Amino acid sequence: MTAPFDLNDDSVVVIIGTGAGGGVLANELAQKGISVVSLEAGGRYLPEDYINDEWDSFGQLAWTDPRSTSGDWRVAKDFSGLPAWIVKAVGGTTTHWAGASLRFQDHEWKAKSTYGDVQGANLLDWPIDPREMDDYYTKAETKLGVTRTGGRAGLPGNNNYKVFEAGAKALGYKEVHTGRMAINSAEYDGRMACQQTGFCFQGCKWGAKWSSAYTDIPKGEATGHLEVRERCHVMRIEHDKKGRVNGVVYVDAKGKQHEQKARIVCVAGNSIESPRLLLNSASSMFPDGLANSSGQVGRNYMRHMTGSVYGVFDQPVRMWRGTTMAGIIQDEARHDPSRGFVGGYEMETLSLGLPFMAAFLDPGGWGREFTTALDHYENMAGMWLVGEDMPQETNRITLNHDIKDQHGLPVANVHFDDHPNDIAMRSHAYKQGIAVYEAVGATRVFPTPPYPSTHNMGTNRMSEKASDGVVNKHGQSHDIANLFVSDGSQFTTGAAENPTLTIVALAIRQADYIASEMGKKTL
Amino acid sequence: MSLRKQGMTRRQLLSQSAVFGASFAIGSGFVAGRVEAANWALEVEYLSSETMATLIQMARDIYPHDQVSDAYYAIAVKGYDTAEAAEAIEANIAALDAAAKGIGYARYIDVGWERDRVDLLRAMENSPFFQQVRGGLVTGLYNQKAVWPIFGYEGESFSQGGYIDRGFDDINWL
Repeated sequence: MTAPFDLNDDSVVVIIGTGAGGGVLANELAQKGISVVSLEAGGRYLPEDYINDEWDSFGQLAWTDPRSTSGDWRVAKDFSGLPAWIVKAVGGTTTHWAGASLRFQDHEWKAKSTYGDVQGANLLDWPIDPREMDDYYTKAETKLGVTRTGGRAGLPGNNNYKVFEAGAKALGYKEVHTGRMAINSAEYDGRMACQQTGFCFQGCKWGAKWSSAYTDIPKGEATGHLEVRERCHVMRIEHDKKGRVNGVVYVDAKGKQHEQKARIVCVAGNSIESPRLLLNSASSMFPDGLANSSGQVGRNYMRHMTGSVYGVFDQPVRMWRGTTMAGIIQDEARHDPSRGFVGGYEMETLSLGLPFMAAFLDPGGWGREFTTALDHYENMAGMWLVGEDMPQETNRITLNHDIKDQHGLPVANVHFDDHPNDIAMRSHAYKQGIAVYEAVGATRVFPTPPYPSTHNMGTNRMSEKASDGVVNKHGQSHDIANLFVSDGSQFTTGAAENPTLTIVALAIRQADYIASEMGKKTL
Repeated sequence: MSLRKQGMTRRQLLSQSAVFGASFAIGSGFVAGRVEAANWALEVEYLSSETMATLIQMARDIYPHDQVSDAYYAIAVKGYDTAEAAEAIEANIAALDAAAKGIGYARYIDVGWERDRVDLLRAMENSPFFQQVRGGLVTGLYNQKAVWPIFGYEGESFSQGGYIDRGFDDINWL
């Protein structure tokens, strides 16, 4: 069979979403000759379409369909309708991501065993041995062309990095470098090297940063085994009388509904939309939603402990020039409970343009305390703090039946309360981030609150036992054999590292498993 | 409704307008810069020119940047000059003026010290009106491309080939 596929073709694997999980899985399956229909809610934008203007790009790429928020996290107050800053487009949030590509540390696969019981946290070990992931991480790094792996050179450090590095070294930090980045330091895989343009968050106009939009997706399409239907929003997943999924109902760009039959359905719509879809697919056989016999669908929502520190100096930095995430300090990523919390965090440079700095530096702030900060925008350096947050059952995605989207479907409510461990870690990270900049002469520092979530994880989590989670070690749902979860929502725990590399590695691994099971006719 | 470059002199402005803080309400339906250098004028259709001048002062008091001229604040708030918004804006500015009376001034714009005006704003900072104006300014002021160079921000660099050969790592004071 070659693409395009008929709506009644029930031999296809339907994948919902085309980002780091869905986009990679689609290509990996297509390369093995498996027929795939990918349904993507957003449109297709390529490097020539990306806009190097923060708000215009946000309007082009961000998922701005209605959502609601609750809980004590500051995002619910500052950005009540925008819990997450993620993308609605072919390529998903791989258009927007900064490119940081870090492997989990071994102990982070075994959070419960390593950290012990943490009150209020729903910790669990991943049902995966870290050694099982080594080859898949290597494959993922090769696919993405990650710098400082596989003999690939690191990127050069920009001004923002140089300030950060000098501060780090003054503090005695040892693991400081320009990162392991899915941004080409030299031409790779037919894509050019980074031109230090900035605007990594707005889609890389050079294609130097890896995004599934212009790598895995077209490669998959070139096999003839992958059909991507863009601007097609999946409304629900259908199942037969035996309880096996057999198709999906979606609405196309013209508002017309279709049903695509399927042999296997893989959900990869990010940790907010994936559980929302499973919950919106409730039926008389599955009144609590698909794959939800554990009651864990939507629960254990994680968004990483985050925060930022900006420092103002007496001389110019011009942090916006060059790679947005231009370097990392990894010394605090270790698990060291003597700091007053379990797990660890990474410190990574970050810059925002003036428009986003005004929106995110101190949301709601005004008056001279606020404006004198922006007056010295040119003299600012910035870093993002990102660490492991605790899974909590009550942090969850639920359906908000009071608000409907443009298709008449209940929207997702995102509830999040910070865990005491998250708060302790953030306090520590702010203190260390401030120390880095003060060590190089910062005259003023800003411990900036979390932005709308870019790392969204855990809402269909992986577990050994069916009673503890939604999917098994292959991302296959415990309840329904031919229903898979292929994105960050399968994360059992979040680790300290940016999640994309692990999502990609798991997708490559899942493709091997699906192909193997299809070959054995067990799927 | 448009922001127009004006060739008016200070004398001309003074001759036809009452002084409203940093901005003038000139004649009917215009607000203009007070000094010759600030040669701009904003034509208002639905709001009174006094109300627009007060709104501009309020905008500056919320996000004061002494190096940014009133023209940019005027652009940031000109969107309130619509048939739909005018009535509520007039009422809210009237309330702001009433608050100024409470501390001994005729109008908000007559309050000479920024700190006293800011005190009036602090007292209403949780009101929908204040939050509407403040929130609108975040994009209305800081997303004006013409404002960016005042802060040193260079905007997009793709059209110039990025910074690979233009100073991405030119810091020299570390």
